[in-house]
Amino acid sequence: MSISYHPPASDALALDVRGLSVEFPTRKGVLTALSEVSLTIRRGEILGVVGESGAGKSMTGMAVLGLLEPPGRVASGEIRIGGRRTDNLSEAEMASIRGSMVGAIFQDPLTSLNPLFSVGQQLIETIRLHSSLSRAEARARAVELLKQVGIPGAEERIDHYPHQFSGGMRQRVVIALALAGNPQLIIADEPTTALDVSIQAQITALLRKLCREHGTGVMLVTHDMGVIAETADRVAVMYAGRVIEIGPVEEVLSRPKHPYTRGLMGSIPALGARVERLAQIDGAMPRLNAIPTGCAFNPRCLEAGSRCRNVRPVMVAEGQGSVACLVHDGGVQ
Amino acid sequence: MIAFLVKRVGNAILVMLTVAFFAFLIFRFLGDPVEMMVNESATQVERDELRSRLGLNDGFLVQYLRFVTNAAQGQFGLSWRNQQNVITLIGERFPATFELVIIATILSLAIGIPLGVFTAIGRGRWWAEGLQFSSIVGVSLPSFFVGIILILAFSVSLGWLPGYGRGEVVQLGWWSTGLLTPSGRAAIVLPALSLSLFQITLVMRLVRAEMLEILRADFIKFARARGVKRRALWFRHALKNCLMPVVTLTAMQVGNLIAFALVTETVFQWPGMGMLFMQAVTFVDIPVMAAYLCIVSFIFVTLNTFVDIAYAVIDPRLRAA
Repeated sequence: MSISYHPPASDALALDVRGLSVEFPTRKGVLTALSEVSLTIRRGEILGVVGESGAGKSMTGMAVLGLLEPPGRVASGEIRIGGRRTDNLSEAEMASIRGSMVGAIFQDPLTSLNPLFSVGQQLIETIRLHSSLSRAEARARAVELLKQVGIPGAEERIDHYPHQFSGGMRQRVVIALALAGNPQLIIADEPTTALDVSIQAQITALLRKLCREHGTGVMLVTHDMGVIAETADRVAVMYAGRVIEIGPVEEVLSRPKHPYTRGLMGSIPALGARVERLAQIDGAMPRLNAIPTGCAFNPRCLEAGSRCRNVRPVMVAEGQGSVACLVHDGGVQ
Repeated sequence: MIAFLVKRVGNAILVMLTVAFFAFLIFRFLGDPVEMMVNESATQVERDELRSRLGLNDGFLVQYLRFVTNAAQGQFGLSWRNQQNVITLIGERFPATFELVIIATILSLAIGIPLGVFTAIGRGRWWAEGLQFSSIVGVSLPSFFVGIILILAFSVSLGWLPGYGRGEVVQLGWWSTGLLTPSGRAAIVLPALSLSLFQITLVMRLVRAEMLEILRADFIKFARARGVKRRALWFRHALKNCLMPVVTLTAMQVGNLIAFALVTETVFQWPGMGMLFMQAVTFVDIPVMAAYLCIVSFIFVTLNTFVDIAYAVIDPRLRAA
């Protein structure tokens, strides 16, 4: 394993993932869902993670949370949250990390909240799990959290049940719950996908504001480039379980280095531009049991050469980011 | 909500009227009441006189309405066997059956719910699969057989618990309770266990199925992501979401338990309504049978109506609707 991409090892990192591989043992053999994923998130920084469905975006988030669905397991690599190694912890130890060091926001706020408990009960439960506050103190903190996420009339709303909130308000409650234990890192898995477009902007703005104020690192998993452009500081592009490009958001969006990233950018319609047909990348992402040798993208890549079919590209520094592409690492032939 | 309640109560009344109709048919047309009541040597004049005194010459509808009116006031006439007021007879026996059914229900919930949770969270482990398999036995064994086995094991062989009767009872007003005396408490164990075995397995299998479903829900995953510990996850977040069908099942099954109690009471010589009914059948004591039918149906229908109200109490989403 040669890692050309060396992030600074520092406690200032909210998340430090190195060489993470996740495997699913099945009857037909072991499927590698994530392969050698490395990425870092600083405190107060938002890292967007993009890719097609099945690229491993959500899987990376779940692995960090220690919530991989069995039989999935971390096969190799290291995960550090706030400087503490977490990939080798027991389920009980991991449970005390979740909520206090790493929080989560999931896609659908309707199904994320337990319908039979008021939002106050769920907030107070979470706060008390991660602090020694009394019930009354926890309630005061819960009201404060609801105010922070912009819920009007928080003192009354705290006793309401999830079904009494609108979709956007519910996602605010979910964000309040994610923040309740003061985590250093939040995994936001498609946090705006289930919301109206008008609400999406409010939620991403709120997320951005809160992560700046609290110094919380955010892993923003999404397939929506627009959300990335508005919200993220840096962006990681994933393909077939690997990170293929990572860098500052302006650089990746305006000067993508990987052919796949360029293809992704090309497929976004520009507002006001009249085009007959959107650009698309021919072919489909390979299934986990049929990932090509060499570069996983080579069958679809317009620039691929003979070397791409045999040599697996590794991340190399390029500009302010890094890219895993032989075009930038010794040529394709 | 009020319109809904009115509709439910209206349905309940309709069902009760139908049941009363069948009870009336039994009462009126199963054999000739006059033949049953009079002395064999009674003259035709005496018979005709009794017939008109009982109102048996009135029209069908008039008789039915009279029956319903009386039944609604708890008047089911006299037992043909011992000339006692039927409602008094049933009133004397009701506490025994009620206590048996309540204890059996409590047992089925107290044992069935935890077993359901454990078999769900331990799925794939040998002990959970073993329990799940043995629950099939519980569902399949007939109630009287379970009763006999229990008597054989704990009463005859081990001699730990009494195998028949109700023990000493204490009179609280018109209510006689066996729960306040040691012998009464000992006597209720075996019949209650025998009666509840089927319910235990039913509750257990239901809770298991519901738990397996709920544990896959997003809010469980999100609760884990918030750091909720496994115990709270299972018994607080997941279990509460499983309780709705359990409430339905339990309330419905209380009616069934009263019906099943007939068998259990016979096996254990338990002096409840079921035994009274069995005796009434033997003696063709039709007023008692009609009254039993009406009262058991009334309990059934009332419980079902309360289930709907209980839904609203458990699930806040239904309160506004």
